[in-house]
Amino acid sequence: MEKDKRINGCKLLILGGSAGSLEVLIKILPHLTVLPGYAMVIVLHRKGSEDNTLEELIAIKTTVPVVEVEDKTPLMPGHIYVAPSDYHLLFENNDTLSLDTSEKVNYSRPSIDVCFESAADVYGHSLVAILLSGANADGTNGLISVKKAGGTVIIQEPGSAEVSFMPGNALDNMKPDYVADVKGILELILSINTD
Amino acid sequence: MNEIYEYHGYDFSGYSHASFKRRIDRLYQLDGFKNFPDFLSRIRMDGDYFNRMVEEITVNVTEMFRDPLFYKVLRTEILPVLATKPFLRIWHAGCSTGEEVYSMAILLREANLLHKSLMYATDLNPSVLDTARKGVFPIRMMKQYSENYIASGGKNDFSQYYTAHYGFAKFPEELSAKMVFSQHNLVSDRSFNEFDLILCRNVLIYFDKDLQDKALTLFDDSLARLGYLALGTKETLKFSDLQKKYEQHNRDKIWKKIKE
Repeated sequence: MEKDKRINGCKLLILGGSAGSLEVLIKILPHLTVLPGYAMVIVLHRKGSEDNTLEELIAIKTTVPVVEVEDKTPLMPGHIYVAPSDYHLLFENNDTLSLDTSEKVNYSRPSIDVCFESAADVYGHSLVAILLSGANADGTNGLISVKKAGGTVIIQEPGSAEVSFMPGNALDNMKPDYVADVKGILELILSINTD
Repeated sequence: MNEIYEYHGYDFSGYSHASFKRRIDRLYQLDGFKNFPDFLSRIRMDGDYFNRMVEEITVNVTEMFRDPLFYKVLRTEILPVLATKPFLRIWHAGCSTGEEVYSMAILLREANLLHKSLMYATDLNPSVLDTARKGVFPIRMMKQYSENYIASGGKNDFSQYYTAHYGFAKFPEELSAKMVFSQHNLVSDRSFNEFDLILCRNVLIYFDKDLQDKALTLFDDSLARLGYLALGTKETLKFSDLQKKYEQHNRDKIWKKIKE
């Protein structure tokens, strides 16, 4: 795992997680001031409801602008997007986001698998996907697609996760580029596009 | 894929690419195809299978009083304005299996407007319209729907609106008598009436920008002055030229047509 610790050529970074992942984000977000040349998408399992508390919570933890995701919202570098509750989040070829209310996947909508798979199709090698803490198998298939499309995969070290099942399941089924604890994940994110 | 759609008279070319691809991949896997040419020729040659594809590609996930706060706004702020009209015409575009239409009928009844209302409910897919016409929904959903109904400001016992029968809940004729169901394709069909309220929620998300514009123009052509257009929670007129003719109701996904 001790290869080059810098990630370059990234256009899109997606963080996916479930139970225990919000705590990780709260530790990471205050350290981010700019996202050089890439957009960040956060997809968490959340209650199906009409509230925006997650967006608001994320927005107060960082100075990076957080954009409300609506259908066909353009994806711009330097901005954070949060997958809305009760929709799957998908990526179009022209750097816009689209939404989908179809069946839940892994009991989840938004599903991390759906989001990773769609992003892998469009962004290929310029995608970085991070899977965090969680109690569900969602995310594993998505990471496999990301890897197959040439993207970079980071999995939270299960021992450092509040709920280890989700990252553990991914590790049992695929070989990521990096396994890292919260501090390591932050360092990797800070290295993106800095060469 | 275009030739196939033209072959069957459906044009999916304006569908959101990401969602369409996902639905196709899902169907391909679900039905155990081994290669893509087999899949394509089946769609082309087998009419029944083509119908199955149309049904599976179009997303028919819906519920009664979905997004209760939206219905609360309809109930407390929009219907009282429309109530002054002698007659109310409402269009549910992309009504799927009809849960939203029955929700609307309940709102109208509680506002004492049902007797002077007509709800036109359309969908591309004929088989969902058959379900919608019957007004019969799975009983296991009623607990959720009842909670949604109460959150929307409903004051009655929701179970008074249906009769339970072998795992199903049947909604009464009194509600469905004010509904007209018909097949309508937002991609290729025209305006067919003038409405005071058009609801098209979570349908435009499956369209690309051009087709969205086309559908929105169709709604604009079909909407009376000072009529309302209601979209899904994450849909917006923000990216459309039409927005200058419309005024958004607070931060709700309801727009009022203020200019012809």
